Amino acid sequence: MTSVTIAPGSAESTAAPAGAPVASGRGRALGYIARKAGLLLLTLWAAITLNFILPRLMPGSPADAALAKLAQNGPVSEATKSAIEAQLGVPTGNILEQYVAYLHQVVTLDFGVSYTFYPQSVSELVSTALPYTLVLVGVVTIIAFVLGTLLGVLAAWKRGTWLDTLPTLAGSFASAFPYFWTALLLLFFAGYVGRLFPTSGAYGPTATPEFTIGFLGDAIYHAALPALTILITSLGGWILGMRNTMISTIGDDYVTFAEANGLKPRTVALRYAARNAILPNLTSFGLALGGVVGGSILVERVFGYPGIGYLLFNAVTNQDYPLMQALFLMITVSVLIANFLVDILYGVLDPRTRR
Amino acid sequence: MSTQSIPPSTRAVRAIEQASIAPAPSPLKVVLRVASTVWSNGKARIGIIILGLFILIAVFAPLIAPYGARQNGFDRSADASAAHWLGTTAAGEDVLSQLIWGSQISIFVGLVAGLLSTVIAVLVGLSWGYVRGFGADVINFIVNLFLVIPGLPLMIVIAAYLSGGGIGMIIVVVVITGWAWGARVLRSQTQSLRSRDFVTAAVFSGERPFRIVFREILPNMTSLIVGNFFGAATAAILAEAGLEYLGLGDTTVVSWGTMLFWAQNSNALLTGQWALLFAPGLCIALLATSLTLINFGVDGISNPRLREGKQR
Repeated sequence: MTSVTIAPGSAESTAAPAGAPVASGRGRALGYIARKAGLLLLTLWAAITLNFILPRLMPGSPADAALAKLAQNGPVSEATKSAIEAQLGVPTGNILEQYVAYLHQVVTLDFGVSYTFYPQSVSELVSTALPYTLVLVGVVTIIAFVLGTLLGVLAAWKRGTWLDTLPTLAGSFASAFPYFWTALLLLFFAGYVGRLFPTSGAYGPTATPEFTIGFLGDAIYHAALPALTILITSLGGWILGMRNTMISTIGDDYVTFAEANGLKPRTVALRYAARNAILPNLTSFGLALGGVVGGSILVERVFGYPGIGYLLFNAVTNQDYPLMQALFLMITVSVLIANFLVDILYGVLDPRTRR
Repeated sequence: MSTQSIPPSTRAVRAIEQASIAPAPSPLKVVLRVASTVWSNGKARIGIIILGLFILIAVFAPLIAPYGARQNGFDRSADASAAHWLGTTAAGEDVLSQLIWGSQISIFVGLVAGLLSTVIAVLVGLSWGYVRGFGADVINFIVNLFLVIPGLPLMIVIAAYLSGGGIGMIIVVVVITGWAWGARVLRSQTQSLRSRDFVTAAVFSGERPFRIVFREILPNMTSLIVGNFFGAATAAILAEAGLEYLGLGDTTVVSWGTMLFWAQNSNALLTGQWALLFAPGLCIALLATSLTLINFGVDGISNPRLREGKQR
């Protein structure tokens, strides 16, 4: 028999992953956080670099296109020109120098001037759009998570009844629906045909953004349809996620034991089964909160809602590269940070993950 | 290494191993078995029928469609009539014909992008599940990066840099953003299967890692892979429609997504052209739903072994 190649990792080497020292509880927790923080930094660097590489990988030169577009607005100063070349890459430049200049821009949060909304700076545009997205998508995400998780608990607990089949079926079909179409239909029927709600914008044409009851009411009125769309399309996922994990925890011995001990069904459902089943949903919730910053591009587009998603859409259709790069970076970084926080939270809630 | 040089004990192990893994790896048999299992599920049968109808419509579009996809010159923004069952667009094109021709794009993109994402997911996921050490860490990092970067913004940004790329560009974008999830699912299944006896037996009988991964482990994951394909195809169809609705594809191509793009941009909402708005979205939803329904049946392919694996 010739050499028997035992593939890397036979049965013996399965245990003990590398770098898991035997340490005290607190030491292990700190090590867990440090490991996750290191991973976060590495991922952040990778995402920032990806944002740098993408425009340079593409055919043609975005920088030239951008400069041509900017020149339509008037003469381009040398400083602006070099800033754009630093962001988007020029075929002749030294790639390393460009990279350093780009990193400098990222660290100082200086993303330059938008082409489309010249002469407004990218930071100005982002800070105007961010509150709308944060409030609209943030509030709806929280409502959808709470409502969906509760309905999921109910569905799992009343398995087999209509409380289970109805939301489960609706949930699985909702995921196959193009949600911008749901938005379009709502806009058409409730906005244009029924004239119940305004058809676009975040506030009426006569209102000015300020903290008064009148303006807030107007803003809520304008946010109703987009909010409803996001709620309808995201609820199913929460229900299904909670239901499926809870059904498996209901089968566990400790739940049977709790029931056998004569605890109230409500207590068993909420404090025993649901409590352990909520972890995966909580993970998704953390990620969804991170995703809030990115807004809901398609929904914001349908309703012309002036949030981050709509801004990204405008940046993309107008080839406004500085705005686009800044938005993409911001959206990615917030998801990465949310992911990190969820990992830490998970470690706190489920000690088994802190190996 | 020839067969003769393998000691009898190893051959015995192989015989047992081959007897214990149900199907002989004949592709045709596998496909037939998969198809009949899926068909036996009621929901999946409805899905297959809907998908079949759409494929027939797409293939025979030249025969079925009353007019050409971009044939214009009819009344603009007309309501439904005997000549134009679903009315006409603002550019004077027949909505029904566009709908029929548009099915080709959605089905094509769904199948091709779904297939490509699945191939990448299988290659990455299985090797990732099998290798250990530094290699696994590197793959882990890359996959997690793609999982955590928000998909739609990434798609939109890449599409913007590749502006004017048409269908090919959309497929590339969808595949780049769509393979990672499948890779992760297949990897964990590979990890759970690799500690099984039949894999150990294959290792000791001197099989190369490549063969172990793709000939021993892979057939045990048929249902996951098929399920991943339909999931990826659904996601691809929805992503394609979304990108085209935003006007990021080639807006001169007639597809369901571009129909919705033109519907909004030519104020079909104001003129009350509800069919123009309703029909393409309904078709996208039906096609995506049919794939979801088929996936209900795909879960049933998994043999008892695999179910054990899932519970671990």
